[in-house]
Amino acid sequence: MPGDQAVSDREAKVLKIIETARGKRPRFKGDHVTMAHGAGGKATQTLIEGLLLPALGSEEGALAELGDSGVVRIDGLGLAMSTDSFVVKPLRFPGGSIGELAVNGTVNDLAMAGAKPAALSLSLILEEGLPADVLRAEVEAIATAAEKAEVEVITGDTKVVERGACDGMYICTAGVGKLDERASLATGSLQPGDRIIVSGSLGDHGTAIMLARGEFELESSVSSDTRSLWPAADALMGAAGSGLRCMRDATRGGAASALNELARASNVAMIVREGDVPVAPAVGGAAEMLGIDPMYIANEGKFVAFVAPEDADTALDALRAVEGCEDAVEIGEVKTEPPGMVLVETAFGGKRVMDMLAGDPLPRIC
Amino acid sequence: MSMKFVDEYRDAELGRALSAKILSSIVPGRHYKLMEVCGGHTHSIYKYGIDDLLPENVELVHGPGCPVCVMPMGRIDDGIAMAHEENVIFTCFGDMMRVPGSEKTFTDAKAEGADIRMVYSPLDALRIAKENPDRDVVFFAIGFETTAPSTALTLKRAKAEGVPNFFCMCNHVTIVPPLRALLDSPDLRLDGFIGPGHVSTVVGARPFEFIPADYGKPIVVAGFEPLDVLQSIDMILAQLSEGRAEVENQYGRVVPYEGNPAALNVMAEVFELRPHFEWRGLGFISQSALKLSEAYADLDAERRWEVPGVRVADPKACQCGEVLKGVIKPWECKVFGSACTPEHAIGTCMVSPEGACAAYYNYGRFAREREVV
Repeated sequence: MPGDQAVSDREAKVLKIIETARGKRPRFKGDHVTMAHGAGGKATQTLIEGLLLPALGSEEGALAELGDSGVVRIDGLGLAMSTDSFVVKPLRFPGGSIGELAVNGTVNDLAMAGAKPAALSLSLILEEGLPADVLRAEVEAIATAAEKAEVEVITGDTKVVERGACDGMYICTAGVGKLDERASLATGSLQPGDRIIVSGSLGDHGTAIMLARGEFELESSVSSDTRSLWPAADALMGAAGSGLRCMRDATRGGAASALNELARASNVAMIVREGDVPVAPAVGGAAEMLGIDPMYIANEGKFVAFVAPEDADTALDALRAVEGCEDAVEIGEVKTEPPGMVLVETAFGGKRVMDMLAGDPLPRIC
Repeated sequence: MSMKFVDEYRDAELGRALSAKILSSIVPGRHYKLMEVCGGHTHSIYKYGIDDLLPENVELVHGPGCPVCVMPMGRIDDGIAMAHEENVIFTCFGDMMRVPGSEKTFTDAKAEGADIRMVYSPLDALRIAKENPDRDVVFFAIGFETTAPSTALTLKRAKAEGVPNFFCMCNHVTIVPPLRALLDSPDLRLDGFIGPGHVSTVVGARPFEFIPADYGKPIVVAGFEPLDVLQSIDMILAQLSEGRAEVENQYGRVVPYEGNPAALNVMAEVFELRPHFEWRGLGFISQSALKLSEAYADLDAERRWEVPGVRVADPKACQCGEVLKGVIKPWECKVFGSACTPEHAIGTCMVSPEGACAAYYNYGRFAREREVV
């Protein structure tokens, strides 16, 4: 029918417009920074790729890789470096506290780059009037977490700001580690057929914070999953070697955003089997009530890993032997089409697109 | 079939069986257009990939039942103006934060310095008012008859407890007038309706009797689990193939046919109908929204503050109405992808991430083909 032809011409034209718009670098617009810029989803992406990267990154520079850590080679020695700041509210929550997050967060960014964390810096920004006992407890939490992660704090800084200029305390840490030679990890290295592995149940940290704020009258025993991921990264590199393509911890924006970033970076598609994604019953229940998908909830001790199909079983066995990763499981596969997209096979038998997080469901999660 | 646990309503095997039954009951070559009225159903269909389980010639059209997306730009502008008033704490639901007014969203206004706080229920807003007796607290109320009773109860409590600094900007809308407006349009191409389950827990199924009686179309009030949605589609198709047009209630475990009299009573006490209200993408619809009744005038934010009250016309080229009626596809709209994008949405179908236009923009042809190799 001629009418149908006209429609598909129009559709093809519109699809082309969309594709062009999508291919453009995201622009940082608007007159103010909004909370959505901090949520780890699309708005964060406009901030990083629309403002920071054009100003600071060069075409082939390490920043353009947009990994969890940057990689620098000094006289042939490969080093990973990472920095992170922590503004979580409340300071203490079931399963952890801001001090513990500050250590593990940076340690994990190094571990995900395949680098054994060696040393940390620590910056404390303290609000006038912060109870000394609260500060003491956090310093202790930092010391304990650093000891557990086998990393030393070797430099630091302290600042105090007037009451109201920050909320109790903020912490910045940076870390360096030596790149492990067993694997060569890159965000752009995913191949069709690669298996997607998740290191354990998703959504614990975000749910614990949400419930700890007491905004919902829900009682539950959910604890944050904050922990060092170096032992897990170590085991995976040992088991899969060069078959390990890439790892990413599923922090802000959740596993969904991590998968989308990597699908874009490697220009591949992914299919995730929703029924295989591990979610603790208490987290699933809370997420259901609040209308949030656990795939978008932040984690502080879980990551996704991409492994060549022939190495997937060995990798899983090795990972499951690591404390905190007993529930590691394969949740999907890397595909070719449609490039840059993550699709979900729902437990009910349908399919849908799983996009990056848009908006901000929960500010100041870490 | 008696089911106790929610997972039983998500049984993939039962889903496949229903899907096969639907496939066998349709007339080959006939195209079926069914509208799910409620945004909650749109969400279920998206979340579980339900349209993936339907034959190609059964098409689901997303209806006007997303209370966030139907807010016209002018109301958002008024809300933002109120939020910028001296001494005001402005409260609203989280999903309202990113809906664009003529120039900005509540998220932008918050970044500019307005004290805007997300709440999860109107009672949270009332609590904030009690905790901040020297500030004026405005609750931006939205929703169909589903959420109107909880706003009404909160206002009743505020009045009874004499909380002098609590105000409500009422944007509650009603479900029947927009449906009638859609049905009245001569170019409507819908065969049947998946009725709004949540709204019906309050209003019952009876108010939808006009759909079969006056327009000869079937409607099945449905629950929100994937099997509920599939079963209701099967029931609509059965009506169509048997030449029936009736109100049926698939969601009988929750929806009483006559509704919830207690909820309807408190609404009648606190609210009255506005003569008309503008719907984003649909224009003015008479008697389609609620405002506070005279008895509650003291709590009415619109009487307390002067707001611009400027009507911001939807751009003429916006064709949300036609998309909603199933007359055109998103990409056939003149402004789709150019003036109207998810980043700068004009019409209701683009505002919600699950709206027909936003879904098509974000996922393109994959939203329809879903082919993965």
